[in-house]
Amino acid sequence: MSLSYLLRRLGSVLLVLFGVSLVTFAIIPLLPGSPARVTLGVQATPSAVAALERQMGLDRPLPVQYVSWVGGILSRGDFGTSLISRQPIAGEVARRVPATLTLALAALLVGLAIALPAGIFAALKPGSPRDLGVSVFSQLGVSVPDFWMGILLILLFSETLGWLPSSGYRPLSDGLAPFLRHITLPALTAGIISGAIMTRFVRSALLEVLGQDYVRTAHAKGLPRGKVMRKHVLRNAAISIVTIVGLQMATLLSAVVVVEIIFAWPGLGQLALTATLQRDYPALQAAVLLSAVAFTVVNLLTDLSYTFLDPRVSYT
Amino acid sequence: MATTTSHTEEPRSQPGLDLLRKALRHGSVLFGGGIILALALVALFGATLAPYDPVAMDFTVRFAPPSWAHPFGTDDFGRDVFSRILYGASVSFQVAFIAVGISGVAGVALGLTAGYRGGWIDDVIMRTMDILFAFPAVLLAITVMAILGRGVENAMIAIAIVYAPIFARVTRGAVISVRDREFVTAARALGQSQLRIMLRHVLPNALGPIIVQTSLSLAFAILAEAALSFFGLGTQPPDPSWGRMLSEGRGYLQQAPWMGIFPGLAIMVSVLGFNTLGDGLRDVLDPRFRGRH
Repeated sequence: MSLSYLLRRLGSVLLVLFGVSLVTFAIIPLLPGSPARVTLGVQATPSAVAALERQMGLDRPLPVQYVSWVGGILSRGDFGTSLISRQPIAGEVARRVPATLTLALAALLVGLAIALPAGIFAALKPGSPRDLGVSVFSQLGVSVPDFWMGILLILLFSETLGWLPSSGYRPLSDGLAPFLRHITLPALTAGIISGAIMTRFVRSALLEVLGQDYVRTAHAKGLPRGKVMRKHVLRNAAISIVTIVGLQMATLLSAVVVVEIIFAWPGLGQLALTATLQRDYPALQAAVLLSAVAFTVVNLLTDLSYTFLDPRVSYT
Repeated sequence: MATTTSHTEEPRSQPGLDLLRKALRHGSVLFGGGIILALALVALFGATLAPYDPVAMDFTVRFAPPSWAHPFGTDDFGRDVFSRILYGASVSFQVAFIAVGISGVAGVALGLTAGYRGGWIDDVIMRTMDILFAFPAVLLAITVMAILGRGVENAMIAIAIVYAPIFARVTRGAVISVRDREFVTAARALGQSQLRIMLRHVLPNALGPIIVQTSLSLAFAILAEAALSFFGLGTQPPDPSWGRMLSEGRGYLQQAPWMGIFPGLAIMVSVLGFNTLGDGLRDVLDPRFRGRH
């Protein structure tokens, strides 16, 4: 990978992040009613609202407010103060980011645990009943609404069998057992759907490699089937599969928003919805900004990983 | 001269009857299209087909399990779940078609302009789309709803904003692949206006991927409307919407699981229909996938 490509790619990401910050900042000026009115309530007098707006710096020109907002985030990690809890949002966000990332990673692992065997199983006999079965599973999985899947899993494993809790979060520092008990259902909800999506990609990545001349040659020279799979097929398909994993991680950062809300998982998605319903606009800004940054960074890393994984790909 | 004519002629038969015949023989198109046609009829005539008024409460039959009188049971207000699902089809389809219509028109116009004109116009449009792409879809929709307020009309706008960049990207890609073809160069040489060339010559030849994207976006839009209503941001009570019904059913999972199961099934079947139709159309219409199964 050439340095100029890397710099160009980083430049375009910085441009996108600048745009993201502008859009996120614009949330408050675009919203109906000022944050000062939300804080003081509908009974507050106009003079009290104006005084609080001055105190919050909302009477300053928008470019000045933008620079001050971005400057606070970049220099001190200051996302402002919650209009509801009156606490700094940075602390709230610091607690929620690990919860969101943990859930997305766990869902990715569940998805891979489904997609790899199912995709390989289907690709080895294309057009067979088992291939059709895997395709039907994949198509159904892609069509299931995640919030419905969550409800069905709660109905089965929490309400009926009583095996797992239907909501809440326990960090790993509380012990492995409580952590696993709480993360299983949310991770299964997002992971099964993610697995259905990835199954299609794993299947087609393998089919593409299986049709290559070098695989036919390996079979023709008498290499055992297992060895051909390990040494030639899986190794070459891994490049496409890793790319899919990166793209899925970015998709999961969006998908877990819904899952967090269903399972009361204290992540950024739940913060965004609560903030919207309670009109806690600075908290909404923080949740949206951080999710967009995480999404952009994961996409960038996926993009850059092509060149490391596949020497045939070079960007100039 | 005949040679020149054949070089500059547009491939008129491509989007025509041949492709339609091919599409109608494709299993996925038939299966997905059949589901969508059936659901569209339900959406259109749900009010006539529904055995009960979807908002009429009857406290004597609260939480009644599925029976001949109430095939999908009743809810916490004694309302017939089957009738509400029939009415909900109309809400879901209306939101999905209008939202995808808005995002399609906006996205196609932007992608067509970016792809055909190129240069700084392309850069400005596509970088703006990249910025919108950087937001996780659900969060972007929630944020737009926070700005616009709750309600079904605002849900349509939120969904349209989320999906317009996808249409722009797909259209731009398709336009780039046809903009330098001979028939476009010939139209330019004949002195036709840029707008006419874009609409009469470029767009019709870039329609394949856009049609496929429309079907897939309708599936996403059904899911997005249901999710927003599930969160309490989309359709407001007492209007029946599949997402709203699912959200209401969530509180009574033990007592009346049918309240949550049937609306979810309705969403899944619709999404399955649009996805399968989209996959089939991609096989038939998208040159990158044609002939691949």
